[in-house]
Amino acid sequence: MSRNISVRYELQRSAFSLDVDVEIPMRGITGVFGESGAGKTALLRCISGLEQGATGRLVIADDVWQDATKSRPVHDREIGYVFQEPRLFAHLNVRQNIEYGQRRGRREDVGFDEAVELLGLRYLLDRRVDTLSGGEAQRVAIARALLRSPRVVLMDEPIASLDRARRDEILPFLDRLHAALSIPVIYVSHSVEEVIRLCDYLLVMERGRIVASGDIQEVLLRADFPLLGGEEAGAIIHAKVVLHDAVDGLTKIAFDGLEMWVPGRYETGAPLRLRIRANDVSICREDPGTSTVLNVLPATIDSIRGDSESSELVQLALGSEHILARVTRRSRAQLDLRPGEQVLAQIKSVAVKNAPTAGR
Amino acid sequence: MASTLGPLLLSLQLAALTTLILILLGTPIAWWLSRTHSRLKPAIQAIVALPIVLPPTVMGFYLLIVLGPYGSIGRWWVEVTGDALTFSFTGLVIASCFYSLPFAVQPLQSAFDTLGTQEVEAARTLGASKLDAFFTIAVPLSVPGFLTATVLSFAHTLGEFGVVLMVGGNIPGETRVVSIAIYDHVESLDYASAHQMSIILVTFAFAVLLSMFLINRRLEGRSR
Repeated sequence: MSRNISVRYELQRSAFSLDVDVEIPMRGITGVFGESGAGKTALLRCISGLEQGATGRLVIADDVWQDATKSRPVHDREIGYVFQEPRLFAHLNVRQNIEYGQRRGRREDVGFDEAVELLGLRYLLDRRVDTLSGGEAQRVAIARALLRSPRVVLMDEPIASLDRARRDEILPFLDRLHAALSIPVIYVSHSVEEVIRLCDYLLVMERGRIVASGDIQEVLLRADFPLLGGEEAGAIIHAKVVLHDAVDGLTKIAFDGLEMWVPGRYETGAPLRLRIRANDVSICREDPGTSTVLNVLPATIDSIRGDSESSELVQLALGSEHILARVTRRSRAQLDLRPGEQVLAQIKSVAVKNAPTAGR
Repeated sequence: MASTLGPLLLSLQLAALTTLILILLGTPIAWWLSRTHSRLKPAIQAIVALPIVLPPTVMGFYLLIVLGPYGSIGRWWVEVTGDALTFSFTGLVIASCFYSLPFAVQPLQSAFDTLGTQEVEAARTLGASKLDAFFTIAVPLSVPGFLTATVLSFAHTLGEFGVVLMVGGNIPGETRVVSIAIYDHVESLDYASAHQMSIILVTFAFAVLLSMFLINRRLEGRSR
């Protein structure tokens, strides 16, 4: 039995065309990343069946939802669609909104109480929807989509229209969903921050085509897409918390036999997702001894590739994890760096993206 | 008093029946107009709006021809029922439906246009069929539009004169509606009766419109 969502679609519009053929894992969160107009929303609408005139083939695990001969109507596709706007029903209260899909569902994978608890909606159930804040409304919309017991959840920039504070309010709920539920999520975003925090897999779209897909760590290492290159170029690594040093406010983490210090306090044993930008990594041949940089780790050069007129990107292996370092062409020549060599990676800054890695 | 009450009751009956038919008929037309990208849309819209600009006598004239015993619909009706459509209450209902059609369709269409596609799409992804989504989402969210359509169709039918005169004539208890009766009274210089009926009609129309605007204001306040 296939454990994938197989998506192949073609769509012609006057100023835009979509042409995709991709396999998406039936687990975890798959980010669909790209600039606006890249066709991310069109892809979700094709999968949901809302996009009339799209031709192609859609297979969820082993169920064919659409092919040349048939196409399930929207209401027969078990999807949970969370739109950019909450799209709540103004004539129903919060509870009735959440129950709308549940009443029409055939299965009940997610219970009412479970969804309400996960999204912290207990205190809102009897409220009218026009009294909700933007963040609350979007949480109700997510619960409503989950209670439809979908085979796959589609989220179209669910927090893009919210201000920073509201976004930070919703992200922990998304982390919780990720950890608690086994339903695959396809998450459209143009925010590097969101994708890095939430996603396990990544599709990169440009002008209606998919230009990269795979494990998010692998895709990020390519660093050759707009929005994912330049300043944003970097890598994700996964580590576990070893101990917290209360005196200096630092936490020691470990991965694959290597250890690093990161700022902040995290629970011992907790899995952490770390982001290391290429600009924050430098390479040296010998141990500099005394330095303000806390984290100096032995690394092996995987590959070196051009980045700009003056710089190159060096991919380093830290144990089984990989990071990128941006170095000037001059330094690379002076140090005569070559693939396969042992060097030391100086990591100036590490950002903790405290996403649970459950579901992976 | 009976001569006052008779035409008034007949008018109310005619208006109520016409409104009911127009809501049932106008809703799918308005929904289609609001959703379609068809090239036919402007033509259909123009046809629906015709009664607003045409003199009622023109409408009445054509209806008289079509509904009359030699007209296409009229002849069929005579064959099926044995009765003529013209100068009958049934004929009046049919004529009124044409005459008041835009007053049902336009408010509904504008309500459906305002509603847009977002909520209905959301309902569809939550497992609602098109019909289900229409009745559980589109209709409840368009209540002010239905209210306006009902009141305008009703009031407009109540006030019709020219079409009735052409198609229905002036048969007491069958086609002698209140507007015709008032005209009759004035013609025969019976100003007292004309006054009586007119003031009832004015009061009634004002009360109906006032309550519509009050209810609409409350509905709008609720959805804000």
